[in-house]
Amino acid sequence: MADLSELYQQVILDHNKKPRNFRVLETANRHQEGYNPLCGDQLTLYLEMDGDAIKDVAFQGQGCAISKASASMMTAAIKGKSKAEAETMFDEFHRMVKGELDPETTEHHLGRLTILSGVREFPARVKCASLSWHTLKAALEGKDEPISTEQPDDGT
Amino acid sequence: MQAVMEREGAQQDKNNFDVERIRRDFPILSETVHGRPLVYLDSAATSQKPQIVIDALKQYYEAQNSNVHRGVHYLSQLATREYEDARVKIQRFLNAADHHEIIFTSGTTASINLVALSYGRKFVHAGDEIIISAMEHHSNIVPWQMLCEQTGATLRVIPINDAGELLMDEFAAMLNSKVKLVAVNHISNALGTINPVRRIIELAHAQDIPVLIDGAQAAPHLKVDVRELDCDFYAFSGHKLCGPTGIGALYGKSHWLETMPPVFGGGDMIASVSFEKTTYNSLPYKFEAGTPNIADAIGLGVAIDYLNGIGLDKIAAYEHELLDYATETIGAIPGVTIIGTAREKASVLSFTIDGIHPHDIGTILDQEGIAVRAGHHCAQPVMKRFGVPATARASFAFYNTKEEIDALAEGIQKTIEVFA
Repeated sequence: MADLSELYQQVILDHNKKPRNFRVLETANRHQEGYNPLCGDQLTLYLEMDGDAIKDVAFQGQGCAISKASASMMTAAIKGKSKAEAETMFDEFHRMVKGELDPETTEHHLGRLTILSGVREFPARVKCASLSWHTLKAALEGKDEPISTEQPDDGT
Repeated sequence: MQAVMEREGAQQDKNNFDVERIRRDFPILSETVHGRPLVYLDSAATSQKPQIVIDALKQYYEAQNSNVHRGVHYLSQLATREYEDARVKIQRFLNAADHHEIIFTSGTTASINLVALSYGRKFVHAGDEIIISAMEHHSNIVPWQMLCEQTGATLRVIPINDAGELLMDEFAAMLNSKVKLVAVNHISNALGTINPVRRIIELAHAQDIPVLIDGAQAAPHLKVDVRELDCDFYAFSGHKLCGPTGIGALYGKSHWLETMPPVFGGGDMIASVSFEKTTYNSLPYKFEAGTPNIADAIGLGVAIDYLNGIGLDKIAAYEHELLDYATETIGAIPGVTIIGTAREKASVLSFTIDGIHPHDIGTILDQEGIAVRAGHHCAQPVMKRFGVPATARASFAFYNTKEEIDALAEGIQKTIEVFA
């Protein structure tokens, strides 16, 4: 049986209550909308890119505790990282929440983001945790269209 | 034995409604989820199925399977008779004048789309208006939007008040000669409001405007009489009234259905075909192209027999008791807000908890074995009207108990503790 306390850890509840970098970023030179149409979660991600470096990042929006905490923790984790580093983290995070990467046994660059690994026991909530990361990926790729978790590609 | 009888006696409510006996008809209700007894409070999404409906499907495929309206052989005639008997059961269930007025569809959504595509193409033109309400399910919004885009007609929306009730004066003022159809739900899936459809139909008919009723939520919970209502179209789904998925019906008054063009072409919907000209079949077959969903239609007929055996009036009274109990119990929990407080309500309880997203409520309740819906309920405009992104929704059927509502209340308390 999946353990609720694995999903709703204190750190996650704290990020939900007091999300970090939860604001409009005036200096942003990229912003990206993300939606989860199944549950109505909505997120706007702001990036200030300096060449290939993420100089600053912030977000706004509404969603469940998992999506909000994941977005909050993501902004804290990627600030100061390069585009390539953030993309590696996207890939590792994505695989972790789908249960394809065990942070206990595999080398990774996720740091504190592994707190969200409990999501893999709750398939219905993987999209909540992934929304901010998909939005980041689209922003890094410079997409103009709002992105949705309901893409035909991989189902997350 | 004595203890069992006493317990069963205690379960019988003041309407003499023996819920424990009814629960035994539904095998899924003795399942466990995450190690706990299933508490199924999502019947507005789909109802559970009694054993006799499950058996009917099995029996059909084991002993009756054959195509309808085609063969002279025994099985084909048997399948045809059972399929057409199911149509007559629906006719009687809705009190329609003629079984030709019942068209089998895959469900409410298909029924509404059929009217939009057929009636809409023939009778709706640029400059015309279609009226819906602010509490419609997406399936009674999007087909009309698509029709309006195609024709240049305009979609107009009856507003609602903070309780989730239609503003009838505003509706009356919206009616004019450009309005070609009014399409409203009988019961709101997101709020539980029972709409005054009889009055809506009277007002529209006074100006010769036909009315479609989306009965997806109403058909399982109250007695529907299409002749008493005098509605022009009534759409419902089988899976919400203890029947199989993928089957439902559209009721339409003969004079409309006869003038409406078919939507799908193919087998069964024709009288004769040549490369020069095809003559369409009579009602209802004109609208039933291709081999129909025979097994599920028969299953739906059995479900209707089952509901009639209990009695829709008894079901409505018992569910109302459950709703009152839930409104009192859940509404009393600090931090809980009930969305949808209409005076006339069916057994749907939409709610929010301060500071906790409905999705999180849904996950925590699920771990307790409690199934509720969390989200926008395919009614995003309703969510917007009430200023919430989503709600949690518990919906009750006649096989639910007050003990299950107590379990929901405990689950909500636990949710609040997790987020405290």
